[in-house]
Amino acid sequence: MTDAIATRPPKRLLRDRLPVVHQLRQSVGLQRGMLVAGLILTGLFIFTAIFAPLLAPYGFNQLRDIDGPFGSQQPPSSAHPFGTTVGGYDVLSRTIWGTQTALLVIIAAVVLSIFAGVFLGLVSGYFGGWLDRVLVVICDAIYAFPSLLLAIVMAIVISGGQSSLWGGVLAAAISISVVYIPQYFRVIRAETVRIKAEAYVESAKVLGASNSRIMVRHVLRNATRTLPLIFTLNSSEAILTLAGLGFLGFGIEPTAAAEWGYDLNKALADVSSGIWWTALYPGLAIVLTVLGITLVGESLNDLADPRLRGRRRVAKASGAVAETSVVPGGTLIAGPGGLDGLEDGESFEEHGIEVKS
Amino acid sequence: MSALVRIEGLGVSFATDAGPVKAVDDVTLSVERGEVLAIVGESGSGKTVTAKTILGLLPSTATTSGAVILSNKAGTSETDVVSLSKKELRAIRGTDVAMVFQEPSTALNPVFPVGWQIIEGLQAHSKISRKEARRKAIDILGRVGIPDPEVRVDHYPHQFSGGQKQRVVIAMALVLEPGLIVADEPTTALDVTVQAEILDLLRRCRDEFGMGIVLITHNMGVVADLADRVAVMYQGNVVEQADVKTLFASPQADYTKALLAAVPYVGHGTVTAEARAANRPADWLEQAPVVEARGLQIEYPGRFGRPPFRAVDGVDFVIRPGEVLGLVGESGSGKTTIGRAIAGLTRVTGGSLQVLGHEMNGIRERRFRPSRSRIGFVFQDPASSFNPLLTIAECVAEPLVIHGRAADASDARQRVNELLEAVQLPSAYGDRFPHELSGGQRQRASLARAIALEPELLIADEPTSALDVSVQARVLELFAELQRGFGFASLFISHDLAVVDILADRIAVMYRGHLVEGGTGAEVLGAPVDPYTKRLLASLPVPDPVAQAERRAELRRIREAG
Repeated sequence: MTDAIATRPPKRLLRDRLPVVHQLRQSVGLQRGMLVAGLILTGLFIFTAIFAPLLAPYGFNQLRDIDGPFGSQQPPSSAHPFGTTVGGYDVLSRTIWGTQTALLVIIAAVVLSIFAGVFLGLVSGYFGGWLDRVLVVICDAIYAFPSLLLAIVMAIVISGGQSSLWGGVLAAAISISVVYIPQYFRVIRAETVRIKAEAYVESAKVLGASNSRIMVRHVLRNATRTLPLIFTLNSSEAILTLAGLGFLGFGIEPTAAAEWGYDLNKALADVSSGIWWTALYPGLAIVLTVLGITLVGESLNDLADPRLRGRRRVAKASGAVAETSVVPGGTLIAGPGGLDGLEDGESFEEHGIEVKS
Repeated sequence: MSALVRIEGLGVSFATDAGPVKAVDDVTLSVERGEVLAIVGESGSGKTVTAKTILGLLPSTATTSGAVILSNKAGTSETDVVSLSKKELRAIRGTDVAMVFQEPSTALNPVFPVGWQIIEGLQAHSKISRKEARRKAIDILGRVGIPDPEVRVDHYPHQFSGGQKQRVVIAMALVLEPGLIVADEPTTALDVTVQAEILDLLRRCRDEFGMGIVLITHNMGVVADLADRVAVMYQGNVVEQADVKTLFASPQADYTKALLAAVPYVGHGTVTAEARAANRPADWLEQAPVVEARGLQIEYPGRFGRPPFRAVDGVDFVIRPGEVLGLVGESGSGKTTIGRAIAGLTRVTGGSLQVLGHEMNGIRERRFRPSRSRIGFVFQDPASSFNPLLTIAECVAEPLVIHGRAADASDARQRVNELLEAVQLPSAYGDRFPHELSGGQRQRASLARAIALEPELLIADEPTSALDVSVQARVLELFAELQRGFGFASLFISHDLAVVDILADRIAVMYRGHLVEGGTGAEVLGAPVDPYTKRLLASLPVPDPVAQAERRAELRRIREAG
């Protein structure tokens, strides 16, 4: 059997196993373009959020420097490349600092909804019965709630409408999680119901495994395939809700943190008087961030499905004949002990298609 | 007159994630009028791809080279299918060549009556009045053997049985009177008794309608029954092409010889079963049985207001220590339900079922769980019976970890290696993931998992029906070897009489929830008493064209008598 050990297929390279890098290498054409664009936009967003203190020329609530006050509604200049707002803040700095707030709300919203949603979905799908029915009805009812209304109520409850940084972030995050827990719940529940009928779960039952072991080891790990897509949708929805709150005036005070929705609200009056820079840059920041995250989610979803995944066309009748036979060269000629020479020299790529080495 | 279809130097490649893969490599074949050409080979040998090329049905990821010259029924025109546009392809499909699919229940649209679906095909190809088309549809349904075609033409697919659905699919293929029919595994999804009827119908298509048929199958019995000429495919190549009698009598290629040797024959297992019976201790009959069923009843609850469905009704049987009971029956006969009930996966609703001293009628999972270590289970589909995220070694170690024989998978590795060795898998395969193994290898790993705790009882639910013939033979051999080595009792469930015959000490035949016949292999297969067993045995095509012709005559006699 030493030959068999020597011909073991090599472990997949690290760069092929990392989740996003693997998909990037796998994609072609338009799908690759979408994924790359999304990754660049999202990377830029996260980079800016982390290094905001170094990138921004001024603080988010800075109104003056050593030369005196910035002045209100100043057009773009060398001192203020994106101009200043009606309140006298530097637009560039506030747009950059705004990424930090947006990242915080994404993290808070996802953390709040993903654990509860996945746990409830798993339990509900696996055990079924009355618990399942009650949970499904509750989740259906929650779909009727407009998330923005909920966010407004939350903002009032948490900080009386006068939001601090955490008050605003939590209001957006909680309202998002109330709407998104049912989505995680439904996806995980549907997968659980499907996986519950798979033979490997039944085989674990026959072996006498406990319910908690089956749920964690066999069901949960196989049910998380579609999570990245909801994760990205969830993130972009969180940013939009935070911006919506700010736009309606329930946002974060400019002295507590920079927030794009608040800036847009204050820029409303400027647009009609020809002052474009106060609205353009925060708006652009919202659009690009949401677009980037959504592009990543969409293309990851397409690439995960072999039917949607694009492939390079091949030259006419090219390629090697696949070694599809189980026993190359013959069937039963070698006796039961004669494995050497029968099953050596095969290698499989990650999708289980055997290829000649 | 020229051949109906000539395939010359055909090559087909697919674009996959791993780069181009060639499925068919330089295949040259031809089919004459009134001839049945069978293409046989294991899965992945390129037989289906070759046949789909004739209809231009390949997916967009495929590229083709070579030529497929198709002539129409009269022989007046010839076209190269490979170079046709989509519109031209639509014109020849149905009129020059038609297809019969493997799974009749998915080939028919469930929301339209079958007559509508036949008429749609007619109207797509010719200007014909609706009344005339309907008359033709009724006529063709009658000719494929659907009773009361005037009434049945307005019925929906779910109102037909599986065999009748396949007849309707064949009627759809016949209605435009094409010269050539491509039948892709037309009987694989059907029971043996129905299979014989469909094969008869296809034979009539050839004789009465004068059609050429390309029959794709992996079942050598079907080939012997229907084919005139056989092409054996292996890894994208045709390795041998011969007249059916010549091929079975004196195969030339090594692969064909091995393939024919792997086909199980009914009656070969009787000798070994008798030898085993002779070696048993004298008090064997008095030993406590591992499984004992008395008047066993299993019902599935019905939907609102419907009575429950009785899958198993009043079944008695025993399995004694070290004995293999083969359970045979067609789909829906309740054989799998019995296997699941013994493993505690399905609730027993009536009668008594004793498993390892536990009464399964009304047992609680908590009380039964400790006994689960004494039962092994091998599932039908090796593709889905392993958790795709665990390595083979972790999967095989699961029973050891669950029952506390090992702390975790790495602790159990020594024992796992021994088990893998026992099922003839190299121990290095333990580090692979299930999808990196072939079907046969996976089924062997599944056997390793089932015997990990050295169970007293092993339930095998159609363990070889998803495998190719060549692989099936090896898995069966291994099963017999393990049974000798470990001495477990076993319930071996299968729809294939020949497979059960190889392994079983006793055979039980199920029909519609009842046990109609039971006894040793020699009794049941040699001198069947029940009419259903007789019909089942006669319907089973043997892989020998000469003997099969005699059996066909015999079956006709039984049918006329019964």
